[in-house]
Amino acid sequence: MPKTLSKSNPARELVFGDLWEFDPAPETADPKLKPRYDLFINGSFVPPRAGKYFATINPAHETKIADIALADASDVNSACIAAQKAFVSVWGKMPGKERGKYLYRIARLLQDHAREFAIAETLDGGKPIKESRDFDVPMAAAHFFYHAGWADKLEHLAPGRQIAPHGVVGQVIPWNFPLLMLAWKIAPALAAGNCVVLKPAESTSITALKFGEICQEAGLPNGVVNIVSGAAETGAAVIQHPLTMKVAFTGSTEVGKSLMRSLAGTDKKMTMELGGKAANIVFDDAPLDQAVEGIVNGIFFNQGHVCCAGSRLLVQESIADEVLAKLKRRIAVLRVGDPMDKNTDLGAINSREQLAKITDLVQIGVAEGAEKYDNGCKLPAKGFFFRPTIFTNVSMSHRIAREEIFGPVLSILTFRTPEEAIEKANNTPYGLSAGVWTDKGSRILKMSTLIKAGVVWANTYNKFDPTSPFGGYKESGFGREGGKQGLLDYLMVD
Amino acid sequence: MPAAKAPTSLRRLFDEIGTVDQVGIEERVATFTTRSLKKKSKVFGLRLAVSMVDLTTLEGKDTPGKVASLCQKALCPHDVGDIPPTAAVCVYPAMVKHARKHVGGTSVKIASVATAFPSGQAPLKTRLAEVRAAVKDGADEIDMVINRGAFLSGEFGRMQDEIAAVVEACGQATLKVILEVSELETYDNIRAASFLAMRVIRPGDFIKTSTGKTSSNATLGNNQVMLEAIRDHFLATGIPISMKPAGGIRTAKQALHFLIAVKETLGDEWLNNRRYRFGASALLNDLVRQLEKERTGAYQAPWNFSEATEGY
Amino acid sequence: MTRINISKTPKCYVGGAFIRSESGRVTALHDASGAFFANIPQCTRKDLRNAVEAAAKAGPGWAKRSAFNRGQILYRLAEMMEARSSELAEAVALGGASKADASREVAASIERVVHYAGWTDKYEQILGSVNPVASAHFNFTVTEPMGIIGVIAPDDSPLLALVSLILPAITSGNCVVALASGTQPYPSILLGEMLATSDLPGGVVNLLTGLRSEMVPTFATHEHLRALNGVVNAADRKTLKLGAAESVKRVHLLKAEEPIDWFADKKQGVEEIRALIEFKTTWHPVGA
Repeated sequence: MPKTLSKSNPARELVFGDLWEFDPAPETADPKLKPRYDLFINGSFVPPRAGKYFATINPAHETKIADIALADASDVNSACIAAQKAFVSVWGKMPGKERGKYLYRIARLLQDHAREFAIAETLDGGKPIKESRDFDVPMAAAHFFYHAGWADKLEHLAPGRQIAPHGVVGQVIPWNFPLLMLAWKIAPALAAGNCVVLKPAESTSITALKFGEICQEAGLPNGVVNIVSGAAETGAAVIQHPLTMKVAFTGSTEVGKSLMRSLAGTDKKMTMELGGKAANIVFDDAPLDQAVEGIVNGIFFNQGHVCCAGSRLLVQESIADEVLAKLKRRIAVLRVGDPMDKNTDLGAINSREQLAKITDLVQIGVAEGAEKYDNGCKLPAKGFFFRPTIFTNVSMSHRIAREEIFGPVLSILTFRTPEEAIEKANNTPYGLSAGVWTDKGSRILKMSTLIKAGVVWANTYNKFDPTSPFGGYKESGFGREGGKQGLLDYLMVD
Repeated sequence: MPAAKAPTSLRRLFDEIGTVDQVGIEERVATFTTRSLKKKSKVFGLRLAVSMVDLTTLEGKDTPGKVASLCQKALCPHDVGDIPPTAAVCVYPAMVKHARKHVGGTSVKIASVATAFPSGQAPLKTRLAEVRAAVKDGADEIDMVINRGAFLSGEFGRMQDEIAAVVEACGQATLKVILEVSELETYDNIRAASFLAMRVIRPGDFIKTSTGKTSSNATLGNNQVMLEAIRDHFLATGIPISMKPAGGIRTAKQALHFLIAVKETLGDEWLNNRRYRFGASALLNDLVRQLEKERTGAYQAPWNFSEATEGY
Repeated sequence: MTRINISKTPKCYVGGAFIRSESGRVTALHDASGAFFANIPQCTRKDLRNAVEAAAKAGPGWAKRSAFNRGQILYRLAEMMEARSSELAEAVALGGASKADASREVAASIERVVHYAGWTDKYEQILGSVNPVASAHFNFTVTEPMGIIGVIAPDDSPLLALVSLILPAITSGNCVVALASGTQPYPSILLGEMLATSDLPGGVVNLLTGLRSEMVPTFATHEHLRALNGVVNAADRKTLKLGAAESVKRVHLLKAEEPIDWFADKKQGVEEIRALIEFKTTWHPVGA
């Protein structure tokens, strides 16, 4: 019976061979890229004062795509001054319903340009085109659309209290969902009446700077949105600038802590969306094929470059073999390769550095005695790629079970009782997200209550929505993004 | 063949075979529709689909003449291009002997719906007699309907015994067990009924979604539930069961989505017409039309392919 | 022969018990006229650690209490304070406040307790939400307590400020380790006695007295404290925020150098509760 799937009879295995191979199906539309991107400050694209640029490369081919302006402290200063001026003279005074109209326009324009944004995102970041096309870009537009409607309804967020925007908000975003993280940051900030200085991640600046073009097309008043590309120092300059009254950061816990330290002597408001090491807990009564989908989606979505990735699978001991067998069969049909191919399931690792980090941690996993399995698929000769990888025989003390790998690497642990599952799930300084799979409703509610995490996906995983608050407990950060709870973080309440 | 010991309640059956989450499986099948097939892989898929069609006519107004033209089309779906014959023709029992005149001795099988299709609401004796008559007239394959009433009222043993009796009446003929998924309603029920049926049929026999005579028919969702049931049954017992979605698959694009589901769920060994069929009538026209488009590079007008006259 | 008074030894309320500092140190407290009043425990970082342990023990049980039950317990606290309000007023007046001002502060403190007693089973309905996501999922956001909250009370308004900082934390099921006013600690000693008789489980609120300079660094770095709610000077704010960064602690600090009107309506309410809770969002498919 299926509960004890045959491991003993290899003749009974399914054959996922090459009988019906897919031809390449590349996305070929023009992403309308410029060879050089300047900084978007005060409504215009301006070269950096120091005249410095850095190359952004396509991680799938290791070829240069464009030169990106490197903003230094003086450029950041110009951007903050422009934002402050826009806040005082236009945006802060504008009635909410008018602000909302600009956000609606931006949402619509993102939809108009969806295809070129999707291609640019995939070129620059390496994620599969089907994800940037079906998830990142539409979800970014949805965030603007959702928050547009809030702009004239802010008083409902804190009834009976006075609310006001902070003024200039400094935002630093990561490379895993470049445009979407921009939307998560800019849409609520603008809806609340703030102006923005945003620093995109060094390896993925293009869609953020293209967003500057959208702002121009939308006729957004100059200085309301400013995009300053650069490296860590640029981000630090944004965060520490005296004009940024509130800062919002998404990235690693390590960097988040250092930013918090750097702001210790200030009165700045902060929100932090940091790392995670989520437990995805599968009980023996779960709908197993859907659980396997959730496991796959949880750890291989966006090559595992997801802070809320379900990187620790906790599976009930009685079904561990069956789940593992199903999982192996499922990843046999995952397609790793050219991110621009419409059939690619796992694209390129975002950068050489990230690939090295993943490789290191996987080697450590092997050295620590965990058992490694990957789907053995062929990888492109050039570019940064990593096979979907599963570790069994993992214990909580293993580094692969404790550290955020941020790659397509799953650690599988087992448990026997709900209490043991909770104990293992919570045995981490992180607390961003978790998954629970069971057919028993009351158990879902109990587990969801006991798991210390900001998002719990029950019988699903990696779902996002503008109306749904997202953010962590413990060292996964504080503050929420999305929903009414997230929006209020962009307002001062008196 | 005696029925295997039937579980006494759905609850116990689900403990054994597991349940299905509706939203999750529908998300999974949605990913099949985003696969992009180009050039050779598209032609391969379209030709494979043609070879899997059970070209069907099941109407009160069927005549020997209609069946004759159906058979011609099954043998030679299009006069140009290298297009394979379909897997079978599917007709009412009264039409079997007429079909035999045209496709007997060819690769095109004769399938016949029997067992008081589509409701199954006739005494078992009558249903079995119908099966035997169709087989005697030359049917290679029998498409039966399960006793949904028995399933829904929890009489699993009765449902399985009746299937087992039909298996026996089939003799050498292949059996296709129609679950009539729209009347089972939930994916959990479809999975349960699939297992109950698979446990009493023979290797190479089919489970099939629908009669095509109710409000909803084959969907990627219920197809997937059944493919996964077949997979789990095969991995547990080594018995390969075949699959036939029927009704509602009208376009080549849909058929390719179903085939991608097969490729990614059951793998290469199910990508042939012994293991997978489409129960369809209009589908063949669109498959041929798309193949012609691939061959000529030009989009084709429908009137070259369809016997329907309603197009303009 | 005149009867000799039995003078009370002020003790801190930790883990439901009345303790002296583990250090054995005390600070002499004088009344407004300069006369010796009592020796107040001078707690140390180890006392703070012990208090956090006590809070950690009490926390899960307190968070699991029904909202209705928490409300009743807070209301019981108001009853206990009301019964001893004149004693509380005398304690507040020790620091030099007029009798009228002291009584006013006590009355406002009791009102504040009643105010939060009414919030226990309502804030969730204001702060939580059901979120209309676009996919076939039921999605809802609930609040949860953060855990153990470090409270650092200002020197002024020794009772009202203290309860204003503690109440929003425990209303939602958090536990508190609080450092009382440095200059006027005695009201916190009495408050401890009232907490002890209020049905509030021991360990939910722990009240320490002592030197800010000794305690602030530990409030800053103790990782089990999940948030800080207090009033401190600029130097302490920096120390606390630097320490908080190490474990990504939530920090809500008001400036000791600016006047605070603790009587104001906006010093109480659901926004104060919001600052000390986490939001948890749960997704579930909708299907049959």
